[in-house]
Amino acid sequence: MHQIRVVRNILLGIKNLLLHKLRSLLTVLGVVFGVGSVIAMLSVGEGASQEALEQIRKLGSNNIILTAVKLAEDEAASARHIHMGIYGLRYEDVLQIRETMSAVTRTVPVKHIRKKGRLGERSLELRIVGTTPDWFGVVDRSITVGRILSEHDFEQRAAVCVLTEYGARRLLATEHTVGESIRIGGNYFKIIGIVQSEQVSGAIQTPDLEVDAYIPLNIAREFYGDMIVRRTAGSREREFVELHQILVQVGSDEQVEATAAALKAMLERSHKKKDYRMNVPLALRRAAEQTKRTFNIVLGSIAGISLLVGGIGIMNIMLASVTERTREIGIRRAIGAKRRQIIGQFLVETVVLSSVGGVIGIGIGLLFPWLITQFAGMPTIVPGYSIALSLGISVGVGLIFGLYPAIRAAKLDPIVALRHE
Amino acid sequence: MSAANKESDMQDDGRSKTLVRFDDVRKVYQMGTAEVRALDGVSLSFGWGSFWAIMGPSGSGKSTLLNLLGCLDRPSSGRYEFDGRDVGTLNDDGLSELRLRELGFIFQSFNLIPQLTVQENIELPLYYLGWDQSRSLQRAKELAEEVGLGDRLSHRPMELSGGQQQRVAIARSLANDPPILLADEPTGNLDSATGTQILELLGKLHQRGKTIIMVTHEEDIASYATGQLHMLDGVIDRVEGGTDASN
Ligand SMILES: Nc1ncnc2c1ncn2[C@@H]1O[C@H](COP(=O)(O)OP(=O)(O)OP(=O)(O)O)[C@@H](O)[C@H]1O
Ligand SMILES: [Mg+2]
Repeated sequence: MHQIRVVRNILLGIKNLLLHKLRSLLTVLGVVFGVGSVIAMLSVGEGASQEALEQIRKLGSNNIILTAVKLAEDEAASARHIHMGIYGLRYEDVLQIRETMSAVTRTVPVKHIRKKGRLGERSLELRIVGTTPDWFGVVDRSITVGRILSEHDFEQRAAVCVLTEYGARRLLATEHTVGESIRIGGNYFKIIGIVQSEQVSGAIQTPDLEVDAYIPLNIAREFYGDMIVRRTAGSREREFVELHQILVQVGSDEQVEATAAALKAMLERSHKKKDYRMNVPLALRRAAEQTKRTFNIVLGSIAGISLLVGGIGIMNIMLASVTERTREIGIRRAIGAKRRQIIGQFLVETVVLSSVGGVIGIGIGLLFPWLITQFAGMPTIVPGYSIALSLGISVGVGLIFGLYPAIRAAKLDPIVALRHE
Repeated sequence: MSAANKESDMQDDGRSKTLVRFDDVRKVYQMGTAEVRALDGVSLSFGWGSFWAIMGPSGSGKSTLLNLLGCLDRPSSGRYEFDGRDVGTLNDDGLSELRLRELGFIFQSFNLIPQLTVQENIELPLYYLGWDQSRSLQRAKELAEEVGLGDRLSHRPMELSGGQQQRVAIARSLANDPPILLADEPTGNLDSATGTQILELLGKLHQRGKTIIMVTHEEDIASYATGQLHMLDGVIDRVEGGTDASN
């Protein structure tokens, strides 16, 4: 019985609102934008933190990645081949990290060389990665076949290499030809294993690429040296780079920040020119949280103001409606409606009004994040709970701002109300 | 006309013999410093099944009296008993409940709700009584039939003539099957032919046992009633006919 009454009240409310379609629509605009902002805000925040988490997942939360950066002035100098560009990370940086930082569990030196790899008829532009076996402890990829680099390979100065699945497919045709040798530059390397590589996606740059070929660092140094000569149209570009990257793995997430700070201090002393970049995946979370906070403040204020304005608008309209329908209220009271039934009737009407605004607002709220992603390139995710929250907020606005007009309606003296023109 | 007996005897059905009783009821409006004594000491009782016309010049307190009878207003002083119950002790909800279950109103300006259909207007008291929809619809149909508007259920009040609207109002006042109907100038907005039709309808209801109290200042309309009560300056001036009204 009670349920039927509520349904009937809602239908009556809808009917009364449809009597003034445009007026009702204009009234709920505040709620529409308020709710839209709430959803947009939550989706931007969620998108930012999801992206950060994804990056952290791919890069490893307890890793710090140091990358050599060519300085702008050096670039200009080497182009005019006045002198050789010397920059990047050093072997001694690695030693210093290993010696001085107790929180660090792995320090992986990385040297990159661009060379063409050949096997029979096939060839592929490879990125030779000269590194230590620890690489595979930091950049954790599953082994498809064979084995990864070992300490033994270093001791033996073995010319061996590990390919990625992609590289193997391009060079070997089948994955079962581990043991064959590929030619890189003038040297032959025996393929000892094949690992998977991370799918390259979006802005996230993982330390590994599909075209990687991993070889022992000492062999890379021995075969290719630290000098890179690149022939471009008419001029020769020469660069001297010892290490392109150092991957630093810290014992636990809690030690990452302190270690990053210590690393920074250390490198600032030894690298007067800032020819390196430090990437701390864990710090991305902080950046994402900052983005989230900023958006929460901006859109939260918009939402708050919109909802307040919307609420006041609704209250205004409901007060007008109470005045307009004074006689109706008098009739209902004369027939036997109790005060709380009048309150209920007007409150249901207000809640219906604000909920309709809420539903339209959800529509706009879904469109808004899409536009942000399209035009600002910012990732957005609309969390499911935000829709429930928005509906809750709009019902709440209806209840709060509908209460006063409803009480006003119920307090009317039946006789005065009946006499109202 | 009989003297108001204080010990209101019980009838067989547990109802009081007198349906309504006023005992020195006053209604005073404070207009700034001036007092308007709309009712200045009225004592009366109406029995079950009576049909009274309340007459008198404009401003004599007829509507005030009817509103008090209808529990829409409270007297400034005096005692009001409805079916033996002291109305003065009821709170706002109690008065609403009494109106809902025991009273039917018919107004000069019909007072239908314009955005509701004829059917929905008639169903209104049943809604507050908590009837379910199919039962309400059934009852609304019967009542519309009874007042000769069985084919107008889905019309809006604006689409009906004055006489038809008043008949809808009568149907609505009957929905909760009250023992007493209160009508304040029910024909005031109607031409005399239509007014006569409405009075014939009320006469029929009286014959079926409804107590009817009607305010009017037209003699021929008043003649449908079995008793006439004349008001003057807030007091009962004289009583004609009737069997059990008293002063
Ligand atoms: N709400 C009010 N405030 C002040 N005075 C009032 C109020 N209602 C009625 N009165 C006064 O009480 C007196 C009686 O009014 P009432 O409406 O009962 O007259 P009536 O007999 O119904 O008149 P009419 O035939 O014109 O309808 C009048 O003098 C009127 O001005
Ligand atoms: Mg009057």
